[in-house]
Amino acid sequence: MNALLFSSTLVVYVAATVVYLSYLVKPRDVLGRVGQGLVAVGFLVHLGFTLNRYLVAGHTPITNLHESLSFFSLAIVGTFIIFERRYRAAILGSFIIPLALLILVLSIGFSNGIMPLNPALKSKWLFVHTVMAFLGYAAFAVSFAVSIMYLIQSHFLKKRRLGSLFQKLPPLDILDEISYRCLTFGFPLLTFAIISGAIWAETAWGTYWSWDPKETWSLITWFIYAALLHGRLTTGWRGRKAAWLSILGFVIVLFTFLGVNLLMSGLHSYR
Amino acid sequence: MNTTKRGFAYQLWDFFCSLRLSIFLLIGLALVSIIGTIIPQGNPPQEYLQTISETKFKLYQQLGFFDMYHSWWFILLLYFLTLNLICCSIKRLPRVWKIISEPVLVMDDRFETSLSITRDVKMTGAAASIKDQIVSFLKQEFAEPVVTEVNGEYHLFAQKHAWCRLGVYVVHFSIIIVFIGAIIGSFAGYKGYVNIPEGGSISRVVTRNGKAVDLGFAVRCEKFSVAFYDTGAPKEFKSLLTVLENGQPVAGKQNIPVIVNEPLTYKGVTFYQSSYGPSDEGASYHISVKNRKTGAATQITARQGERVALPGGAFLSVMEGTADVRPFMKDFDGPGAQVEFTPPGGQPQPFVILGDKYQSFNEQHGGDLVLTLASLDQKFYTGLQVAKDPGVLVVWLGCALMVVGICMAFFMSHKRLWARVTDGSVTFGGSASKNPAGFELSFDELMQKLNKG
Repeated sequence: MNALLFSSTLVVYVAATVVYLSYLVKPRDVLGRVGQGLVAVGFLVHLGFTLNRYLVAGHTPITNLHESLSFFSLAIVGTFIIFERRYRAAILGSFIIPLALLILVLSIGFSNGIMPLNPALKSKWLFVHTVMAFLGYAAFAVSFAVSIMYLIQSHFLKKRRLGSLFQKLPPLDILDEISYRCLTFGFPLLTFAIISGAIWAETAWGTYWSWDPKETWSLITWFIYAALLHGRLTTGWRGRKAAWLSILGFVIVLFTFLGVNLLMSGLHSYR
Repeated sequence: MNTTKRGFAYQLWDFFCSLRLSIFLLIGLALVSIIGTIIPQGNPPQEYLQTISETKFKLYQQLGFFDMYHSWWFILLLYFLTLNLICCSIKRLPRVWKIISEPVLVMDDRFETSLSITRDVKMTGAAASIKDQIVSFLKQEFAEPVVTEVNGEYHLFAQKHAWCRLGVYVVHFSIIIVFIGAIIGSFAGYKGYVNIPEGGSISRVVTRNGKAVDLGFAVRCEKFSVAFYDTGAPKEFKSLLTVLENGQPVAGKQNIPVIVNEPLTYKGVTFYQSSYGPSDEGASYHISVKNRKTGAATQITARQGERVALPGGAFLSVMEGTADVRPFMKDFDGPGAQVEFTPPGGQPQPFVILGDKYQSFNEQHGGDLVLTLASLDQKFYTGLQVAKDPGVLVVWLGCALMVVGICMAFFMSHKRLWARVTDGSVTFGGSASKNPAGFELSFDELMQKLNKG
């Protein structure tokens, strides 16, 4: 059942990616609508997979890299659906859905067995901490994709190549706004994830902060997005500069999530 | 002289008030924090010298890279950040306070052009009656307006969530509270580690700084147990702890199970399950020895490392053992021991013996004898992390404030509405501190409701 749901999700996401990429080449409205439908179906199946795994495992299925990559992908698709509805810009899918697919494909590379929980993970904070963290990461992922769209659009404007893709991409100020809106969700979620992690660490390890690589890198991420949010208050940090910083921020998010787990040893080394 | 002095003070003030400094400090802190995740922190010098040269080691030591998050320059950066956010808040707070406490009550032509959302609505009746209509409408649908009369025109002003503008300052303040909590913890608290063998007790703890701290009470480990999953991965570590005052158990603090995520706290000192190991005493092994030919069986008990004589002139010593072999041997469970068996006049033979479930396994060795491990009494010690941190509550207070402040700053918006009522028409204006697009939608909904009503 679990494997079937997983592969169905994968198939639907592959189809959605193909549709959205062709939408990029030939922006016909019907392609956008088909992509939208596929993503909605894919999201539901993926959600079903996650819930099923929750029931089978008996705990929040975000305890190893396979599970967390899958949940990350689910969170990105969910965030995309919300923003796509709100801003009615199907083209967002051409950038975000391939990213979600890529992350789900990465999860295949890690053991998909349901592992019993190690003692430190047996806590009610597991749900709060991991779900907040990945919803935050997902918001940052959408901000990243939108920032790339911003840079492409501003490149078109500069070169005066106002082709069909230019017509489909939202105007610069809307892209800037979406990217910023994502941060206004991502940053609070990241903060809540760090705080809930500190409370958990206090009960499990006897200290709310121990400069473990995961803690430090999540703080680094927090510093960068805090800088970006404060930078927007001054003039000149919107638009391109903000887009570049958001891209940098997401690279750091990826390192905080994957790099720390795979390259560094510490209290958070869950594979 | 006086002017330059004053000039310098102003420059210093401006320097600490600047947003550029905040951004510089945030990015700077992010960059230097990376160092401590690449260079292992707090290892003994020998370990560093295995991977880096001595000159590099000395340089890093001078720079404090081996305990970088407590180095003077990192702490200094944190103090600068604190100073910066205090100054920024002091500078900007009065302005924000003015927006909240002294709102613009009258929308004149010039103010109207500065608003991004304005609508003109035609209504029937004289100004005074329209005013009453709008007042009750806004009271019902938005917030109670303040009415000002200027030259026969009525000016209405209503606002919602004005105080959410303070969210940013609540967050800044909460960061300072967290820092204060951390400072209290570092001066008035300690962290240490103790091993208590089963049945033993301790009343002193050696802290990480090498200081011995008298607890003022004692903690006894009644029992330690470890459980495994079928995969061999650890499932639960559990210590039963009893707190003793003057050698007497404290009521309500006896045989308290302490597992990971569920520590024991007594008089501000918290004990966390952290590790375990076999105690120095070693285990006692109960082994049944059966003669293959006669079928005669005897029971012997051997301590770890002890050389025991067996019937028929053989000798046996148990090297090590475990109550559960699953983590070490796939497809087997129960007790197991690594033994060294010396047949009469022969060479020592090392092999493994298991419980009575695995007779055929045990029959593979032992010459004339079949050795079966009936049971073992393994004594453990429990490894406990001991922490006293009177600053923790302050840190939690800061965190709670931060959550409140962040919700105010990110999820709430200060919404304001103005209306200028003249005979037969009303001009509305609106502004929101956040998400202008979303506000425009709800503004339009409000206008539609007014038209219908």
